Amino acid sequence: MTEYTGILVYGEIIEGHLSSTTTELLGRGRSLADELQEELTCAVTSDSVGQAPKEAIAFGADKVYSTEDPSLKEYEPSTHLQLAEKLVRDTCPRIILMGQTPMGRDLAPRLAFRLRTGLATDCIDLSIDPESKLLLQTKPVYGGNARAIFTLSVMPQMATVRPKAMSPMKRDDSRTGEVIAIESEIDASTIATRIVEKVKEEVAGIKLEDAPAIVSGGRGIGGPEPFTTTLKQLADVLHGAVGASRPPADNGWVPETLHIGLTGKIVAPDIYITVAISGASQHIAGCSGSKTMIAINKDPEANIFRESQFGVVGRYEEVLPAFTEKLKELLAG
Amino acid sequence: MTQPSMIVCCKQVPDPEAPPSVFKVDTASNKITLPPDIKPVIGQYDEFAMEAALRIKDKTGGKITILSLGNNIIRDVIKKALAVGGDELILLEDAAFQEGDSWSTAFALATAIKKIGQYDLIFCGRQSSDWDAGQVGLGIAELLGVPAVTLARKVEVSDGKARIEQVIPDGYQIVEVALPALVTVTSELGNLRYAVLKGIMAAAKKQPTVWKPADMGLEQSQVGSAGRNTKLVRLFQPVREAKCEIIEGESAAEAGANLALRLREAKVL
Repeated sequence: MTEYTGILVYGEIIEGHLSSTTTELLGRGRSLADELQEELTCAVTSDSVGQAPKEAIAFGADKVYSTEDPSLKEYEPSTHLQLAEKLVRDTCPRIILMGQTPMGRDLAPRLAFRLRTGLATDCIDLSIDPESKLLLQTKPVYGGNARAIFTLSVMPQMATVRPKAMSPMKRDDSRTGEVIAIESEIDASTIATRIVEKVKEEVAGIKLEDAPAIVSGGRGIGGPEPFTTTLKQLADVLHGAVGASRPPADNGWVPETLHIGLTGKIVAPDIYITVAISGASQHIAGCSGSKTMIAINKDPEANIFRESQFGVVGRYEEVLPAFTEKLKELLAG
Repeated sequence: MTQPSMIVCCKQVPDPEAPPSVFKVDTASNKITLPPDIKPVIGQYDEFAMEAALRIKDKTGGKITILSLGNNIIRDVIKKALAVGGDELILLEDAAFQEGDSWSTAFALATAIKKIGQYDLIFCGRQSSDWDAGQVGLGIAELLGVPAVTLARKVEVSDGKARIEQVIPDGYQIVEVALPALVTVTSELGNLRYAVLKGIMAAAKKQPTVWKPADMGLEQSQVGSAGRNTKLVRLFQPVREAKCEIIEGESAAEAGANLALRLREAKVL
């Protein structure tokens, strides 16, 4: 019988550095590994891994498996599936963690089914059950209306983790660890899909994920225009960005890249201002990590007020310009 | 292949658009309870998947088989997929299918698809509207050994290939895949069309084919709750800590200005 031991974080690299989500996985992975008194390893794969192996150790890994291959520049499912499957079969980790990122949400289910094991996706909390030593995986379900805690009855135990749900360790460059280079040995014949073209739809200005303040509009905005006028003006005063709930994106009022929510972007700014957003759980799932939430909505019964610290009940057409104007005055003075 | 054979997986779920306040957890049974006036629906992402198949059928013709798994599947709910243009309905319906997880559900669906035999494209929603796992589509593809492309916002078929616009964080990419293949569909594809009267009447006359586990050569122990790889330990609702301070004013505009003053005072801004 196979002996499963240790925790493997399947990392991601952005321009030669470990992604912030990977550092979050290592942060929680470290405390889980300490509790189990087992090893924390991190796999990094790219055309060029750059500083990532060193960073993985500084952020908590005991050991890093590093693979460099030109074919790993972009995420391609079957290439990564081959690599991950081989690494897991060779090292038999007890727990495998990935981010609930574009790569993780695509790769993790494929790997779980390939390994005939179980997986909980989009977890917001992970802990070790003191008795069974199994991984307790907490994830939002029913569009965020409830939470479920799962354990797995099979090994390895796999989870993907929602970005920004966990905290990284403080970076410690004096930590030491082992970096092991792994040959890629990719069988290109299994690649069934071909990327023909990439089309960027990125909006100019501050990226949503990096914005300190976000002004988000919902269905009640009524059309595309206010997103580039009243909402944008407030966002500019706050040096922030404009976002949206799902209906404006589905209606084409804003590009999908502005969609915040369960199936859109996950953000956690200092200030999150919702305008004419009712507060469906699916939207809250994308912004609940915000430090302060402020709601402007004409319906006093709207669920958004149950999620916010400050609110104004009123038509946004009247509330917003006065709010922006006063704010400009206060911030200037 | 001029006329593709398509399979669309549809799941009956509690209406995800119901207001958050009506979702309650029964902690004794670890289940969601909803008031009786909240009717079940086909999962919203499964509806986008259905629309993707219909758009291909509009262009090239072809056959759409709807596949659904559960117990006590309400015919009026699932038949919506026939009314909008689906050709055939196969239900994996049995008490043994209940309370499965992503593993046992994908396993049963993949087994049913093997039994159907002929397929060029399988469509699934990107995730279910209840458990939000996003695993079943990719699981079916892995179990069948066919390629899968996730998060499609447009799907076109020609010359034995599918050309798919796949949503990525900063836009989309065009991916080509040889058929047969599985595609998971996201909301940007667009809403499912409305059924027309003719379609509703035709759907009313169609009888679904019902398969039990034994009809697919499966043991009871392989499906539903018995076939799970995951165990639901607890279902609960988090306690809300936020208490909202409502800022008032003589007019809406004044309330807006007062909000700015209050946020400044509270050192939020």
